[in-house]
This record gives sequence, structure tokens and C-alpha cells, in this order.
Amino acid sequence: MRTAIVERPIDAAVLLAEVANARHGATVLFTGTVRDVNDGEPVTGLDYSAYGAMAERELRTIVEEALLRWPGSDVIVEHRIGALELGDISVAIATAHPHRAQAFEAARYVIEELKKRAPIWKREHYVTGRTEWVNAAGGAARVAQP
Amino acid sequence: MTVRVLLFASYADALGGTEVLLDLPAGARVADVRARVTALARGKRVPERPLVAVNQRYASDDQAVTASDEVAIIPPVAGG
Repeated sequence: MRTAIVERPIDAAVLLAEVANARHGATVLFTGTVRDVNDGEPVTGLDYSAYGAMAERELRTIVEEALLRWPGSDVIVEHRIGALELGDISVAIATAHPHRAQAFEAARYVIEELKKRAPIWKREHYVTGRTEWVNAAGGAARVAQP
Repeated sequence: MTVRVLLFASYADALGGTEVLLDLPAGARVADVRARVTALARGKRVPERPLVAVNQRYASDDQAVTASDEVAIIPPVAGG
């Protein structure tokens, strides 16, 4: 297993090669990429920031949970931070297991938990020039009430 | 006691920095930290009820904080 928060482009092929093993009959690769629209508003790019130390710790915890739930699997996760362009890979998860069901399930578990728990934030840049931090619900942040 | 609170994303923007020092009474809890920081961000564009982490773990409202803890405000995350 390996987890990392990185500030360079993610090479998904490297992750795949890393989990490849003759014991594993199945490998699954998930990549998340920067999408060109959010809630109907065109996006030109975005930047990710993280609470680095806690994000690393949380990613490790999530992967350790996956390894306990699907024994015999291997999991590699990289999440990129900094400025990303449309189509860039923001997150890659490679899982491997002797059998495909467990490899798929482990990959799904890791991305869903990462999205819920990893202290990473994304600011979208729109065609209009406006930027906005995106929250978990997908909506814009609200103004705090006095 | 003085507690250093790390800020990220919308909270860092709203308060103009990546940390804030709070003067809190001994025995203060996570809920007190959140109340003080959200008060500082009043009127700014931030999520109203962020989570709080203590020593890099999500903390419950009644967890006590001390001056030596690493405390952080965690607005809704959006990784992936």
C-alpha cells in the first residue's frame, strides 16, 4: 500500500504497475479528472488545497480500513493539489486482489471515503472569472449569519 | 491559554491568513473554538458549521482543547 498527496501530475500507469503482482488476478484503476462544468456553470480550471499532514493520515487510515475489509488486496492512492487544468487527473486509486469483485469494491470504498473524510478543498475557476470554494454538498458556501 | 487554530480554504480567505490565535479559558472545548472562529468570520462567505480537528483527527464538540494541541477548522471537504 502507498498513499500520497502530490504537487505534480499523476501518472496513473505508475500506480497500476505498482499494484501489479502475479498473486492478483484483478487490478482496478480509478481516476478522477477535472470536469468542465459544475452545476451548469462552465469551469476553466481549479485548484486544490489540503491540510497536508491530516490528509496524509486520513488517506492512510482509509486504505488500512480497505485492506482489513478485503484481505489480500493492495491499494495505492495519490491525490494531487495545486492548480489543475481541465482533464487533469486529480486523484488516482489502483487496487489489486486475487479476484475482481474485491478489487472493484476496495476502489469504490477508498474514493467514497476519501471524498467524505480527506481534508482537501477545491476552488473552481469559472468562465466569468469568478472563483468559489466547493463544499461537500456541491453547493456554494453560505454567508455566516450574524 | 492561547490556542493556535489552523485555517483552510474559505476560512483562510475569510480571516485573511492560515491560522489564528485564540485566547480561551482553561477547559475550553471544541465547540468553543468553533464558536469563536465562526464569530470572527461573521458576514463572510463561509460554511456556517465547520468541523474541528484536534491533533489531525476529527473531534467531537465536547472534546477539551489545550494550548499544546494542533487545532484546525475543517470546512466541508471537496477532494476527489
